[in-house]
Amino acid sequence: MKKLAKSPWMLHYDASSCNGCDIEVLACTTPKYDIERFGIINTGDPFQADILLITGGVNAQCESVVRQLYEQMPNPKVVVAVGICACTGGVFKDCYNIKGGIDTVIPVDVYVPGCAARPQAIIDGVVKALEILEEKRRNYKEEKKEER
Amino acid sequence: MMQVVSVLAYLLLAPLAGALLDGLDRRVSARMQGRQGPPMLQPFYDLKKLFTKQMIAVNSVQMLLNLSYLVFLAVAGSLLFAGADILMCLFILSTADLFLVMAASSDSSPFSTLGAGREMIQMMAYEPLTLLMAVGFYLATGSFQVGDIVRMPYSAVLTMPGFLLGFMFITAIKLRKSPFDLSTSHHAHQEMVKGITTEMAGPTLAIMNIAEYYEMVLMLGLMALFFLNEHWWSWPVAIAACLVVYLLEILWDNAAARVKWRVLLDSCWVVTLLTGGLNGLILMLVR
Ligand code: SF4
Repeated sequence: MKKLAKSPWMLHYDASSCNGCDIEVLACTTPKYDIERFGIINTGDPFQADILLITGGVNAQCESVVRQLYEQMPNPKVVVAVGICACTGGVFKDCYNIKGGIDTVIPVDVYVPGCAARPQAIIDGVVKALEILEEKRRNYKEEKKEER
Repeated sequence: MMQVVSVLAYLLLAPLAGALLDGLDRRVSARMQGRQGPPMLQPFYDLKKLFTKQMIAVNSVQMLLNLSYLVFLAVAGSLLFAGADILMCLFILSTADLFLVMAASSDSSPFSTLGAGREMIQMMAYEPLTLLMAVGFYLATGSFQVGDIVRMPYSAVLTMPGFLLGFMFITAIKLRKSPFDLSTSHHAHQEMVKGITTEMAGPTLAIMNIAEYYEMVLMLGLMALFFLNEHWWSWPVAIAACLVVYLLEILWDNAAARVKWRVLLDSCWVVTLLTGGLNGLILMLVR
């Protein structure tokens, strides 16, 4: 793993989760799972984040927030949808206010299924996201070179 | 000649030493919390990554102000390591902080504006002691020159233990350690996102981090000033003392919860009066 992959900072956003998945995300930072050993920091700031971790489906109210968070993150960046709600809308899929999974609003790179997603699965998903992040970083670097 | 070497060593090695100390800090903190923690070199990985990220500039001056913060801190540190005037060094240190406040208030985020206000309160809290400390060194050694202070026949700590205690207290503010990490924090800072650094992304944040490493080494250098004297053995003693103080700060960081600004200001001024004030008074009377 190189540069970015060694220091991924993540931003956790609760779109319209039932909070089950959020608890599991927070469990990842506890001593038992300790994601900081991979250099992962749970930052609250989109400007400093590399990974956007979203739980829950998108509803009419939070759609603009999800878009804004995604746009405020500097390139290269990846999005991880955690829990079946974030992947497809899950049990809330047919609710009048739910648009569906996160990918109805912004591009999603990794889907972590489960209800609630287990901490092990979340960590696996994030590690998978790191590979994609590394690839995006390489592409981003080449793009920048071409621009010059 | 010696001066040039030590200034160059400071300019080149301070960021490295600072990043290593930061790595140690994160690891020790993790162990205190029963976690494994990141690798020792994590701060280097973080810096490298920040420089490869896209530069989202919220305005055209923030980067410049952050760079000024860095340069002024490097100048303040160079003055200390060149053995020059300690008063001058402390003044430039506070000037540097002003640039950070300006950088934070230059963007439109309410979080960083709040952070800038808190940073100014922090400055108000620790400034009296830093100035008193310079006077204390003068009373104890008869000179403001760092070069003279380290050539005393005995360590300054013998005559100014109060100042040392006070300085340890304000070092927690300067190093942004809990309970005094009001304006921005090294931990996830959820109550106002990231405070002054909220709108600093990629390279801008990296510059700010490097500046903080310069500041960290400068603070430890000031700490060492209490222990240095004309004998060679005072140098290892000073370095060991700095490390012990640094570990104490980490312990405090992990054991204390963040306080409100009022508590910070009150406690800081009371401590300043009790440690620096009393110690200074005694020094004046016995002279
Ligand atoms: S996937 Fe299950 S636990 Fe997670 S937000 Fe949806 S309903 Fe809640």
